[in-house]
Formats: sequence, structure tokens, C-alpha cells
Amino acid sequence: MAFLALDTLTKHFGSHVAVDRLTLKVEKGEFVSLLGPSGCGKTTTLQMIAGFVEPTSGGIRLEGRDLLAVKPAKRGLGIVFQSYALFPHMTVAENVSFGLEMQGVAAAERAKRVGETLDLVGLGAFAGRFPRQLSGGQQQRVALARALVIRPQILLLDEPLSNLDAKLREEMQIELRQIQRTVGTTTILVTHDQGEAMALSDRIVVMNHGRAEQIGPPHETYERPATPFVASFLGKTNLVSGATVRPERISFAAAGLAGTVRTRIFQGNHWLYQVDTADGLVTVIRQNTGEAMPGEGAAVRLAWRALPPQSSGEVSASSRTEGS
Amino acid sequence: MRAVPYLLSLPALLLFAGVVVIPLAMTVVLTFHDWGQYKGIEPVFILKNWQEVFGDPYYAEMFGRTFRIALIVTVLTALLGAPEAYILNRMKSPWRGLFLLVILGPLLISVVARTLGWALLFGGNSGLVNKALMSVGLISAPIPFMFTETGMVVALVHVLMPYMVLAVWAALQRLDPQVENAAVALGAGPLTVLCRIVLPQAMPGILSGAVIVFALAASAFATPAIIGGRRLKVASTLAYDEFLNTLNWPLGAVVAVLLLLALVLIVVGANRLVERRYAQVFG
Ligand SMILES: Nc1ncnc2c1ncn2[C@@H]1O[C@H](COP(=O)(O)OP(=O)(O)O)[C@@H](O)[C@H]1O
Ligand SMILES: [Mg+2]
Repeated sequence: MAFLALDTLTKHFGSHVAVDRLTLKVEKGEFVSLLGPSGCGKTTTLQMIAGFVEPTSGGIRLEGRDLLAVKPAKRGLGIVFQSYALFPHMTVAENVSFGLEMQGVAAAERAKRVGETLDLVGLGAFAGRFPRQLSGGQQQRVALARALVIRPQILLLDEPLSNLDAKLREEMQIELRQIQRTVGTTTILVTHDQGEAMALSDRIVVMNHGRAEQIGPPHETYERPATPFVASFLGKTNLVSGATVRPERISFAAAGLAGTVRTRIFQGNHWLYQVDTADGLVTVIRQNTGEAMPGEGAAVRLAWRALPPQSSGEVSASSRTEGS
Repeated sequence: MRAVPYLLSLPALLLFAGVVVIPLAMTVVLTFHDWGQYKGIEPVFILKNWQEVFGDPYYAEMFGRTFRIALIVTVLTALLGAPEAYILNRMKSPWRGLFLLVILGPLLISVVARTLGWALLFGGNSGLVNKALMSVGLISAPIPFMFTETGMVVALVHVLMPYMVLAVWAALQRLDPQVENAAVALGAGPLTVLCRIVLPQAMPGILSGAVIVFALAASAFATPAIIGGRRLKVASTLAYDEFLNTLNWPLGAVVAVLLLLALVLIVVGANRLVERRYAQVFG
């Protein structure tokens, strides 16, 4: 029996279908990401689990219990909102302490756990500050600490890193993954950033128009996308000789599709090529190994390993990969 | 070149000087002039008027009443207006607009008209308000409203309520609804959310509303004049009486200047307090 089970979960806003028959099983301790473009129903799904949006139909079970019968205040889930939603009139310590107070934890125990959790997220020195005296990344950590301190059964994260700049986002990804490993809390992350989803998750749910197009481990989903949407959403793709090919799977070879290098861009750890071929413009990514690479205008031949063929568009439930 | 901004604001400064500073200065000068029933105003420098106001307990009582009424009105508008604004803020689209109009509509009607309405409702012992209260069984004997502080407070609370509702509503609109959800997710019940999450964040709005209402209540003229008449005076109606009925302008000027000074002190002081308390949190 799965730890958390969403069963044909559906949400209509008027005639608009925000979430369409989403079925998902999450194991205890697992890190699952809901990945998809803006407006595909990720937040709505998360809010239904949290209890702030009532499903039109379908069910949610946590350890076999019907979660929909439980009030949001009693679900015991840790939530990090996209806007962080910190209590602006409380200090960092008071913010983190609030959930424990609601649980009736004694003051001494509370202080100890608040201290521990703030140390875990690296904010031990900021306990007395107010949220607006903190940077975006620090506020994000307070939100995480506030959600973790109540030892939730599930941690729900709604685009927790999207308000941070690129460098900080990368640091926080690593930190988030480490913290999740340390505490072992079952985590559901909502994101529109495929890199973030792949870096953090055990499994990814790729959503489009409220439906799950594919569910599977990052590597498998990337290598064997079930639909063209999944293929293109997870990474750059080329259509060559009727096959879908990722740019980094194309190499310069002695024999193969003939082409001319139109542009070559140096990006540090790799080269980005655009090659004119009989099949149109092909994007090629080659690792920078320090060896000499063909320059602009050079005649090249391309060899590749294609992705397995995808079903076109609509997927039936049976063809979705339900991994691990 | 650096003088340009000053030159550009010169017309406004001249207007300000013309209609505010000069009359105010003249009023202050007036407070030191002498006055007699038959000789009228004499442009001399004496402290007689100030001594009279500070020496006669009649004036202390008058100012005491003024600020007592203002304080009660402020507390009542906060107690009624803050929940009103909260409910308004939670209303759905068509109702919210409608009720906002109902609450703010009175601002479009003259204070005099609204207070006269209350005077009619109070109208002696057989007034509508008393009849209604007695028929519901809330009171057994009629409450005197006309020419009493009670009546003034009721009418002023009604007249000044929109300012409190607007100030609190503005503060509530800035709240992130997800913050309430965050508290709920952490296990907080509706009452806890209200007291520990919403109220503290609405507090700057309530306090700034209170400062406005207090200043307006303490300096209100039309409402005390109609409800209290010449029998129950407050500082503003007293000053008016000295100017226009007794014709003792210097004495009226002392009352007016004192009222202004006290108000400025209280409002500036309260503002400083609020700002110091919340600069760190909300800035
Ligand atoms: N309260 C609501 N009322 C009406 N439509 C909504 C509401 N919340 C979300 N939607 C719609 O549902 C769709 C999915 O929204 P959301 O779950 O927020 O998407 P995502 O988080 O993936 O960007 C969007 O088209 C959005 O406009
Ligand atoms: Mg969203």
C-alpha cells in the first residue's frame, strides 16, 4: 500500500479543468516532483493535498486513511508556499515556533526544537530577526524550517526556489536535497524548472493541461519520454530523419548526415552548435574536452542515438510509465 | 539653479502662508489682547486670558469632556470598524462593492444632515431610538440622548466610522491570503488565525484610523453643536460661542489655540509611537 495515494483526482473551475484524473502513488520517504508549464494544475494539486482546494472528484489517501475527511488544520502537513507566506509580525524564531505552539508542545521542548531546526537550515544566528530583515534565500529557509519543525508526514513545496536568483537557486537545490535526505520526510515539490525537478527527485510527474503525461524516475523520463510534450519539456530535441534526438547525443563522425556548421557558441563546459543539414537546422551539444572542434563553416557529418519512439499526444493510462 | 525647486513651489508656499500661517499667527497674537464688555478688544500684551482659562475649572472640565468623548469615540469606532472592515474584506465580488458603498456613502452626505437625522431619532424621551430600545426590552426607562455625552458619542461614532473602516480595510488588503493558510496548515483554528495572524497585521491600520478619528472627534464642530447645543459644550463649540455670541475674541482664541496645540501633540506623539513600534516589522 502506498504512503500517499491520489486517485483520479480532478478539479474543475467552472468549465475549466485544472486537474484531470490525476492518479499517483507516493512511497514513504520518496521525493516526487510535479513538473509542468505554468497553469498546468500543479499548485491546484498541491492545494488539494493541503486541503485549501476541494477536489471536484477523486480521492486522496494517506496511509490508507481518507485525507479529504480531515480538516486542513488537522492534516499535519508541512507546506512551503511560493510567496513563503511568513508571518511578518513575528520573528524568525516565533514563526518556526508557531506550529509547535499549536500542537501544545511545552515551551522548553519548543525552544530546543526551534533551535535545532534553525541550525539545520543554517539560520541559527537569525532567530531574532523579522522576515523583512532577511534576504529571499533566508526567508525561504525560514519557510522550510517552519514546515519541517512540526515533523510533518509530508512536506509540500510550491515552487520554493523560483523567487531566488540562478546561483542561489542551485545552492539551495543541493541544500534542499541534503535536508530532505537528513530528515527523510516524504516530499512533493511543484516546479516548472525541469533541471530542478531532475536534480532533486526520485520520480517526476510531468503534467500538461491538468493531466499527468508521464510518471517516472528523472533519468528514465529524460531518456524514454512517452510523448513529444515530455520529450521537449525535459530538454532540447532535434527531429532528424524522422527520429527525436537530444543535442548531446549527436556526435561529429566520419560518416553520417552531411551538414555545415552555421554557428558555434562556447559555453564553458560545452560547445553549442547549429548545423545546416538536409533535414533542417540541427542543434548539437559537445562536451568541452579540450580537443580541437570544427569551426563555423566547416563541413561535418553527424551520427546519433535517437530517443525511443513516442506515442503522439494523448496517452492512455496503460502506456504511462509508473516507475519504482 | 538650485533655487528653481523653491521658486516653483513659491505659489503654494504663499498660499499656505496666506491661509494658514498668517491667520494662525494672528490668532496667537489675539490671545494676548485685552477685552471688555464695553471697550471691546484692546491691542495690548497681557496674560489675562491664559490665566483665566488655566485658572477656571470650567475650562478644564470642557477640555476634559472634549478629549473623553474623542477617546470613547475612537475606541468604539475601532471596536466596531475593525470587524466591519474584516467582514467587508472577506466578502465576494458583488457584495463587497455594494457594502463598501453603504459604508462610505454617508461621506457624501453633509455632516450636518446626518447629525440632524440623529437629533430627530433621539428627539427627547419619546424619540424613535428610545422607543425601539424599550420595545426590544434592552432598557426600561428612556435614555436621555439630546444634550448628553452619550448622544454626542453615538452620533460621532456614526459620522466618523467610514474613516476607521477605510484605514483598516487598506491594511487588510495588503495581507497575503496564503499567510492565513500557512497558519491553518500549522494547526491554527479560525479564532487563533484571527487573533494571532490577522489582528496584529491589521494593527497599524487600526492605529492610523484611531489617530484620524481621534483628531476629527476632538475638533468636531457640527455634531456637538447640534446634539449638545449651548447646554453641553466641548472645546470647539465653546470657542465658537466666545467668538460669535459673547464676542470675547481673545478668550475664544485661547481655547482654539489650546485645542490645536493639544491635538498636534497627541497626534504627532501617537504617530511617533506607532512608527517606532512598527518600523522594524512592516517599514
Ligand atoms: N481559484 C481559481 N479559480 C479559477 N481558476 C483557477 C483557480 N485557481 C487556479 N485556476 C486555474 O487553474 C489552472 C491551474 O492553475 P495552477 O494549479 O495554479 O497552475 P500551476 O501551479 O501549474 O501554474 C490555471 O489555468 C488557473 O488559471
Ligand atoms: Mg503554481
